[in-house]
Amino acid sequence: MPLLQINDLHVEIDGKEILKGLDLAVNAGEVHAIMGPNGSGKSTLAYVLAGKAEYTPTAGEVLFNGKNIFDMTPDERAAAGLFLAFQYPLEIPGVATMTFLRTALNAQRKKRGEAELSTPEFLKKVREMAGKLDIEPEMLRRAVNVGFSGGEKKRNEILQMALLEPRLAVLDETDSGLDIDALKIVADGVNRLRSPQRAFVVITHYQRLLTYIVPDVVHVLSKGRIVKTGGKELALELEARGYAEYQEEAAA
Amino acid sequence: MADVAVIRTAAETALAHAYSEARTRLPGDDAIAAQREAAFDVFAKEGLPHRRIEDWKYTDLRALMRDAKPLAAPPDAAAKARAKAAGALLGDVECRRLIFVDGAFVAELSDIAGLERGLAVRSLADALSDNDPVLTAHLGKLAPGSDVAVALNTALMGDGAVIRIGAGSTIERPLHLLFVASEKPAATFVRSLVVVEQGARAMLIESHEGPAGCDYQVNAALEMFVGDAAHVDHVKIIGEGSDALHVSTLAAAIGAKARFNTFTFTAGGAVVRNQLFLKFDGEDTVAGIRGATLIRGHQHADTTLVVNHIARGCQSREVFKTVLDGDAHGVFQGRIIVRPHAQKTDAKMMTQALLLSERAEADNKPELEIFADDVQCGHGATAGALDEEMKFYLMARGIAAGEAEALLIRAFLGEAIEGIEHAGLREALMDSVAAWLGARG
Repeated sequence: MPLLQINDLHVEIDGKEILKGLDLAVNAGEVHAIMGPNGSGKSTLAYVLAGKAEYTPTAGEVLFNGKNIFDMTPDERAAAGLFLAFQYPLEIPGVATMTFLRTALNAQRKKRGEAELSTPEFLKKVREMAGKLDIEPEMLRRAVNVGFSGGEKKRNEILQMALLEPRLAVLDETDSGLDIDALKIVADGVNRLRSPQRAFVVITHYQRLLTYIVPDVVHVLSKGRIVKTGGKELALELEARGYAEYQEEAAA
Repeated sequence: MADVAVIRTAAETALAHAYSEARTRLPGDDAIAAQREAAFDVFAKEGLPHRRIEDWKYTDLRALMRDAKPLAAPPDAAAKARAKAAGALLGDVECRRLIFVDGAFVAELSDIAGLERGLAVRSLADALSDNDPVLTAHLGKLAPGSDVAVALNTALMGDGAVIRIGAGSTIERPLHLLFVASEKPAATFVRSLVVVEQGARAMLIESHEGPAGCDYQVNAALEMFVGDAAHVDHVKIIGEGSDALHVSTLAAAIGAKARFNTFTFTAGGAVVRNQLFLKFDGEDTVAGIRGATLIRGHQHADTTLVVNHIARGCQSREVFKTVLDGDAHGVFQGRIIVRPHAQKTDAKMMTQALLLSERAEADNKPELEIFADDVQCGHGATAGALDEEMKFYLMARGIAAGEAEALLIRAFLGEAIEGIEHAGLREALMDSVAAWLGARG
């Protein structure tokens, strides 16, 4: 059974249909890239998986680990092992990063019936992971994402992912706004987490990130549907030829 | 004169009755009696303030105050015994406590032994009965006599604290005026006077609490003189019982090169009116004027602030945050006045209301009146619901809806509470916020 199984998914925002019958199956241990032009529904897919309120599924189903995610609130999905790295991570003034990380981790552990982490255990874990992602201790003392550069916000997303150890991580344009050094740090962070039990869906507009996070499968999303699926070479092909032909195909 | 208002509501009649009955036994000499009489005349002319009086537009005391309770009798042994449990909200903040039960100073519960050098403390009742010269010099000099709440306080003041901190003295232990109402539906009129002389430093906490379900009434006023180069931190905690009516006033005059911080935490009471009248008399003073209010159910809480910049070069920061749930009604009226000589004034006021319910109402009225031409002044006001995007981000990390909201609410209030310099008190108030949020479910 795939870890993530999406069947004929239709999703609307404000009465406008964005996803129009999307099918996708991701097995544990795999990295899938979803590429596509702007407006094809990539971020909609990310948000509907995470459970954002204004994204309304109107048909189809999404099974995560065999369970219908539409029966679950966003926090329940997270505790079940679904993680979304946001394209635009939110700034939350007044909530300290450490408080946020700790609250999130312990909330998930509690929902799964696991014991909360002690303060020293937690601090050790965060410091270790932050170090690998080149996140300064000073950043951790600030409010969540407040005063962070674009690159720092993205690295902070990866830190959260590393800490929360999800079964499935959806990375929504994590490469946007990153310079090459930051891109490598982020990619290393993802690659360290690759394991036979875990899967990734990497949403991106460009091939660049996929040089560092090498996918098993590449999908082309256009006008709300997966229109082509291939191996990692498909990403290079897209980079060379652009999305024009797929936009026409979907329109036809 | 045709424009003399006729006293007509039950509460107004009862207040007049209470005064005529008590006037001869209230403490003080002839001069004080005359002061009381003049103050009572203000009330007799105006009656209770109502919505057609601009400053009371959103808190129609005449309508909200259905009756006036009889003046509280001196507390009995049982009431004093219960008062020992009071002040729990402050947790383990180490203070010198002065305890007032039903408005009367209770020496045996208070911590008046071994006063620090430079600190003088006595009860207002004592000071009135022996004509303490500190009263002659200061009492009634700051609180606006035209304000009816203040006028009633002056007419009926029974007891309170008189505190004097000598020039250059640093009082390490915070002073805590703890006002506890017992289980009688009575009215108390407490009046305190605090004189902090030049270069002195002190922290004053004022807290008000009482039993739930008892419709007692509190009118408290505090006049504070802050000398040049003094440093004063004042925190008021309004944690009255669920059915209480609480009207309180802080009137302060702050000297030159001083530091002055005041913070009001409001969580209790059915109807609360908190008034602050502050004036900056001396140059180059820095002040933080902040507050946090958490109300729910049918609670009504009004903070009315007048900041008067008279001298040049003073800086004031005003930050007031209100969280409203249920059918609560929150009011903030803040006026910053910059007088012609107060050049180089730097004043910024922010008032924000967070509405957790569609039925809650927040009225924000920030005003600037600037008569000087070289100043930096600004104000902002917001009212809105919790940010859904932020809430979703927190939930997407596994934090349940209620906890996500609690985090955001704490963050919202934290911005004001962080302004308190005393770490223990900051924590105590954040704990109190957490308890409030916990009760929200």
